[in-house]
Order: sequence, then C-alpha cells, then structure tokens
Amino acid sequence: MIETGEILQTMRMIREENFDIRTITLGINLLDCSDPDADRCAQRVYDKICRIAKDLVKTGENIEREFGIPIVNKRISVTPVSLICQADPRPIARALDRAAQEVGVNFLGGYSALMHKGATLADERLLASIPEVLSETKLLCSSVNVASTRAGINMNAVREMGGIIKKTAELTADSDGLGCAKLVVFANAVEDNPFMAGAFCGVGEPECAINVGVSGPGVVKRALEEVRGEPFDIVAETIKRTAFKITRVGQLVAREASKRMNIPFGIVDLSLAPTPARGDSVAHILTEMGLEMAGAPGTTAALALLNDAVKKGGVMASNHVGGLSGAFIPVSEDIGMIEAAAAGALTLEKLEAMTCVCSVGLDMIAVPGDTSAAAISGIIADEAAIGMVNNKTTAVRVIPAPGKKAGDRVEFGGLLGFAPVMPVNPCANDDFISRGGRIPAPLHSLRN
Amino acid sequence: MTKALISVTGLDTTGIIARVATRLAEMNINILDITQTILGGYFTMMMVVDLDGAHMEFSAIDEALQSVRDEMKMAIHIQRMDIFDAMHRI
Repeated sequence: MIETGEILQTMRMIREENFDIRTITLGINLLDCSDPDADRCAQRVYDKICRIAKDLVKTGENIEREFGIPIVNKRISVTPVSLICQADPRPIARALDRAAQEVGVNFLGGYSALMHKGATLADERLLASIPEVLSETKLLCSSVNVASTRAGINMNAVREMGGIIKKTAELTADSDGLGCAKLVVFANAVEDNPFMAGAFCGVGEPECAINVGVSGPGVVKRALEEVRGEPFDIVAETIKRTAFKITRVGQLVAREASKRMNIPFGIVDLSLAPTPARGDSVAHILTEMGLEMAGAPGTTAALALLNDAVKKGGVMASNHVGGLSGAFIPVSEDIGMIEAAAAGALTLEKLEAMTCVCSVGLDMIAVPGDTSAAAISGIIADEAAIGMVNNKTTAVRVIPAPGKKAGDRVEFGGLLGFAPVMPVNPCANDDFISRGGRIPAPLHSLRN
Repeated sequence: MTKALISVTGLDTTGIIARVATRLAEMNINILDITQTILGGYFTMMMVVDLDGAHMEFSAIDEALQSVRDEMKMAIHIQRMDIFDAMHRI
C-alpha cells in the first residue's frame, strides 16, 4: 500500500514544483508518401497524418485527466521531408502545417534535411525554402543535420545555414525573428527525439512510435534544498533518485498512450526541460549547488554532474531511453538563465563550454540583428565541432533579432519566453567560412 | 482492479465524508481505504477506491465529483493510483 507521505510527495511535485510530462510525440514514417509530384505527395502526407494522429490529442488529454499529471504538449515528428520529395517541397510544408492544425497538436517537426556528408538536390531545395516556409507556417519546425562523428562537418551546409538563419529572422522581423525559434542546426541528430524544434522521425524508426519527454527541474531543485552543504556524492545520489521517480511516470504515460492508440512505445527522453516560469529552471538547480548565478566558475562542472546523474537515475526507470536525454540549457526558456545573461554572468562563450556536458547545445539565444551570416556559421561550426569530437548531439538555435542590439530584450511569448540579446565576438571570420568543403571525421583513438 | 485516489481538502464542515461517500455509492464505486485528518481547521482526506464496479468513463466520474466540490466548496481530485505505484514502488 502506498503511504500518505508518498502520495503527498507526488502531489507536491505536480502542483507546486512544476513536474509535468513535457510532450507526447508521435513519430510517423512518411517514406510511403513519396511522389515525384509535390502536390500528390502533399495530399498523401496530409491524409496519412490525419489518419494516424487523429486520436493523439484526445488520448493525451484523457491520460492527463485520469492520472492527474499535466501533459504540456502533444506533437508529431515525421520523416525528413527532403527524403520524400525531390520537387519543390513548399506544398508539403503547407500540408504538414494544415495536418498539424487539423489534428490539434502543438507542433510538428520534420521539415528537415540530413546533410552531414553532403547535399542531395532535394536537400538544397528544402534548405532554400526554409525562411519562406517558417515565416508562412505556424506549427511546422525545421532541422538540418550538418555534422556527425562519422562523417565530419559539412562546411558548405554550415555556410548556407548562417544565411538561412539570417533570412528567416528577417522574414519574421515583426515577431523579433521568431521563425528562428522553429529552426535548429544539429550535429549527430538523433532519430527519436520528441523535443522541438529538432524532432523528426528517422529512417531507422518503425512505421510509427510514441516517444515521451519528461521534465521537472523544479522537482530536482526542491530535492537539492534538502541536502544543502552536503558533499557532491550526496548531491548526485539525490538527483538520481529524483530522476528515477520522474522517469517512472514518463514510462507509465508512454506505455498508456501506446496501449490506447495501439502504436508501439518508442522511448522516454530523460530530459530536464525548463520553462520561463519561476520554479521550473535548470539554472536554479546549478545555483542550488552553490553558485551565485549560472555562468559562475564551476558552472560546467555542476552541469556535468547534473546531466550525468539525470541519465543514471532515469535509465533504470524506463525500458527504452533515447532522444536527447539530459539537461537542456535554453536561455530564453529558463528564468535563471535569462537573469544570468542579463546580469552579464553568462556569456556565449561560457554557454559553449556548457554545451560540452549538457544534453544538446546553444539553444534559444538571441544575438544582435546585425550579426553577420558568417558569424552565425562560425557559431554553428564551433558547436558542430564539439559534437563531432565528443560523440554527442549538439545543436544551434540562435535568433539574430532584427533591429536589436546587445543588451536589448526580445519577447517570444509562451514557453519560448524572453531573452536579453547577447553580444557576439566581433572579429571577422569570413575567409574561414567561405572556404566550404568538409572538415574530416575525427580520429577516435590516441585520446587525450 | 482499477484503483484511484480521491483527495479532498478544504475548510472542515459537517457531512463531507457522507457527501463524497454517497456520491460514490450512487456510482457503485467501492471504497477500499480512507485516511483523514484535520490540521488547524483544515480538512484533509484521502480515499482509495475501486472503479471497476462503476462501468462509467473516468471523465464522468470526475464530473460527478465536481458537483460535490461545488456544493461543499472543497478541492476534490481523483487520479488513478498507477501514478503513485509507478513513482514509489519498483
């Protein structure tokens, strides 16, 4: 029998500490919708998504109600669009956006291209269409994989993405460049990630699958308040125990959704994903460990401990763990990160160091509107290098906010939050970026 | 057996348990366990129930309890026990 104290603990985690299931993401294979004619392909895509995902939102809401746990987002990820259509992909983008609205999901990811080694004609067409598509669609998210540990870094793609991010910001200037919040550039992208903007359904995935992302930085922070002043061994153990409990609920929700929709369970993504709400911040876990603000000396070590302990605790609680799994460090979506950046404690360079040990990369960072395309490409190249060499997923989601300069504030609204515009190193790198080509894959012996 | 936890909190008044129990009996929901306490005039009750006899959608049960909530001005939540088992039992 469950004891009263245990029941109260669960209730407190949900009602006071912002514990929630961040997303149920339904992965759908679209390879069978492929057609040389874009309009026919678009119709097939629309029909298939509406057929398979018709009960997703209702199922999510029922589980939410019955188990008393908020499920914040219901989403869809699909096969990278560049793999299903060689023609102009824009009709497919519109069909995806319409389908997402029809079934009522919060976002749909997969307007994507995998070009870590090189680009197909379809990849090139898709890339060129991204700024227009993201400015005209509401729920569609786009991602591009430009590097991998096995293939190296496709510097042509890196160069192009700098310009595409700039253009996307310009086309969505009326909303501070919000289009860029729906666009992420990856190294070592994963095929079963349920989180946006980078979710897509990889070619190694089944016909469809339920992937669940959990969250709860507030719960971890609260647990650490109980062990103030204790050594790191105790800190790590406390995080592991908390992550275990959180993930068990994620596993329960994933299993239940899978059973009700008769769609196989894919993975639970063991992530600590913050929101701008106070009490839902990853940065505040770091400050709870004894740092004045995120960015203080010791931040990278604190984050490394957190990221590892979350995985160790969570991996025992689910039979399949995947996705990005770890601690996210988006700036605009985390009140502790926002405050640290606004105070000047957290710089782009420190964030880059933190991405070596966090779950993904440079995320939701506003930079001045006059940041050059080459500078953005340089940021992408640096981040891709970290991912490539360290065998981990890294990503860049930066917003060069039109008309804004360092120190200004950018508002995205909702879960995307707000952010101070962070300065970018002004030294030129144009000759570096204009070279193009490919940075070879790294050696993985003789390690030091 | 589909078990659920009903939690009831609010200012203490006469007939809270009776009202909740009556509504459950009307829906053929069996009460398996009750713990109840009053802290500083604040009524807190947790009730474990078996939903199998009800033959109703969970949402309908929730709505039936909503009406008690409105009458008594109490916070009443119902949720499946599985979430507590998942979190606290291996």
